[in-house]
Amino acid sequence: MQDGLSDMRVLVIEDDRETAQFLQKSLKENGHTADLAGDGEAGLALASEGPYDVLVVDRMLPKLDGLSVIKTLRSAGNRTPVLILSALGEVDDRVKGLRAGGDDYLTKPYAYSEFLARVEALGRRTVPEEQQTRYSVGDLVLDRLSHRVTRGGESILLQPREYRLLEYLMQHAGQVVTRTMLLEHVWDYHFDPQTNVIDVHISRLRAKIDKTFDKPLLHTVRGAGYTIRDGPV
Amino acid sequence: MTALFERLRKAAATTAFRLSAVAVTAFVLAAGVIGALLFWQTNSVLTEQVLSTLRGEAVLLKKQAVDNGPVALAESIKELARPDSRGLYFLVSPGGVKLAGNLDRVPPELANSPTGGVFRVRGEPGTPTAKDSGRLAVAIPVDVGDGVYLWVGRDIEDQRLYADKIKRTFLIGFGLLSLLGLMVGLAVSRLFLTRMDAITSTSRSIMAGDLTRRVPIDGSGGELDNLAQNLNDMLDRIEGLMNGLREVSDNIAHDLKTPLNRLRNSAEAALRDPRGKDAYREGLERTIEKSDELIKTFNALLLIARLEAGPLEDSLEEFDLGSFVADVADLYMPAAEEAGFILTIETVTGVVVRANRQLIGQATANLIDNAIKYARGGQPGSAITVRAGPAESGAEISVSDRGPGISAADRARVLKRFVRLEESRTQPGTGLGLSLVAAVARLHHGSVRLEDNEPGLRVVLELSERVIVRAPTKTRDDMAAIAAS
Repeated sequence: MQDGLSDMRVLVIEDDRETAQFLQKSLKENGHTADLAGDGEAGLALASEGPYDVLVVDRMLPKLDGLSVIKTLRSAGNRTPVLILSALGEVDDRVKGLRAGGDDYLTKPYAYSEFLARVEALGRRTVPEEQQTRYSVGDLVLDRLSHRVTRGGESILLQPREYRLLEYLMQHAGQVVTRTMLLEHVWDYHFDPQTNVIDVHISRLRAKIDKTFDKPLLHTVRGAGYTIRDGPV
Repeated sequence: MTALFERLRKAAATTAFRLSAVAVTAFVLAAGVIGALLFWQTNSVLTEQVLSTLRGEAVLLKKQAVDNGPVALAESIKELARPDSRGLYFLVSPGGVKLAGNLDRVPPELANSPTGGVFRVRGEPGTPTAKDSGRLAVAIPVDVGDGVYLWVGRDIEDQRLYADKIKRTFLIGFGLLSLLGLMVGLAVSRLFLTRMDAITSTSRSIMAGDLTRRVPIDGSGGELDNLAQNLNDMLDRIEGLMNGLREVSDNIAHDLKTPLNRLRNSAEAALRDPRGKDAYREGLERTIEKSDELIKTFNALLLIARLEAGPLEDSLEEFDLGSFVADVADLYMPAAEEAGFILTIETVTGVVVRANRQLIGQATANLIDNAIKYARGGQPGSAITVRAGPAESGAEISVSDRGPGISAADRARVLKRFVRLEESRTQPGTGLGLSLVAAVARLHHGSVRLEDNEPGLRVVLELSERVIVRAPTKTRDDMAAIAAS
């Protein structure tokens, strides 16, 4: 785990005890701490006491529903990143969730790896990295001003989409990025592409940035997605 | 008889009857008021005429009395009061003795009246005509001097009879009119009732479960026919939804239970595997994989159900159809090439639609994914062409391949849920891809068309004009030429 990423404080507002405890236990295994709240009111109280790195909010909660919790927090100036969990995952539900102030939306049922990747990506957001003009992993450098990519000083020519893909991966260097996250952020598609179209794009990118070099930087994380990092997975 | 009564009672209870009854009542009331006014007005005009004649006569007679004395007046009265005369006269001395005239006494009705008025001419009490209703008359008193009084009057019985006749005619007319109105009301409501009965009986059998029944339509194009047509259209939609629901539950039973069973079997097999830990791990991984597939199927089913439930106004966006479809096709480009296809993108920009971007993307993705899966890549001429641009219907997206295609007989079938022509089901897939495309098309007021690409299959997703915000002003041929270039 990268510095600043481990030991995130996460608040899970989820009324299903089994799910909540599973998430708490799993997050702990990944080096994070998680507090649980079983309903909207308790969640709102805990969240406003804070501070948390990420809030995980179920959409349908007893006493106060998830979207109202988020709206209340946002209107009180709380900017903690929020991941919305919901069984309602169709088309306009996502739009509503994000409109209410959520930062990301995950539909139940989800894979834990997807959940973890998204929580970590959100936790990372608090680090002001968006303004960074230059990303580097090992000897791979991406310059956001000149849109140039070099590895070991050697210039690498990328297609615009490949550039965006690499940019997103490098923005989340050291973290696992899932295929769905890539589809959502690089392509802005929120639908199921049916087949693994992403894998082919990754392997093309890999051919350009890794193939002629000794040390691979772009790794596949089995059952989860991809990560770009200098060092073992 | 009771049946007829029952029918009448039912007719009387209808809105049509009530409305006509109200109309008839209002009409009769209005006619009654007008009639009464007319009657009263005519009567008073006639009476006034008689009175003024009497007043004129009174002035003349009084002048005669003043000029020539009461005796001459009595002579004149005798002259005037001939039996066939309509004039009535009664000259009376101060002592109450009759001096001349054809009346026998001061009319009792006018005894205390200084201005005269209407009375009835009857015989004196005791005479045979005393109890008769008598003839109607008007009289005024004239003071001719020296305590001698003269009553000058006119018989207006004829006028009364005439007025009575008018009154009777009016009443009979109103009676007939209201009866006619009510009968027309009944007839109209009967007409109405027959149609309503048909609708009621249809809706009853539908409530009882027979969704195939429809309200009869007579083709007149009237309001009732329109209503019946609308009801039938609504029933068609409901029946479609019901059938969809039934189909979904049947398919869930089949296509979800089978993989669920396989999932369960594989978990059991892993538990029994003597290799222990390794086998458990493999089994669990397989279980997750299989449950992911199930989730996919389930999501697709829910999405279709959601799309068929109605519009998604909240999530509409305006975007350029051509560039968006090209973008989605671009996502599949490497995968298609990997599978041995040449993917060509022939999209026309400039058609801006207001639609659900994600769903159009999903539909396009499904079509390209199907082509990659079923069009046998790697063989010579394995080409997939993705097109998007203006069309007669509004706009269309099409994906064509050079694969085996689909026989004309199977084309309608594949749009249904869970239909997979490949019986062995070696390719992964939910069997919902095309029906999702069809649902997306319907949501955008369009449809899906399957065509022979000679050889191969071309699937066309038509979008209605209603979703188009802006389209290039060029003609379709121009666009085709641009697309081809």
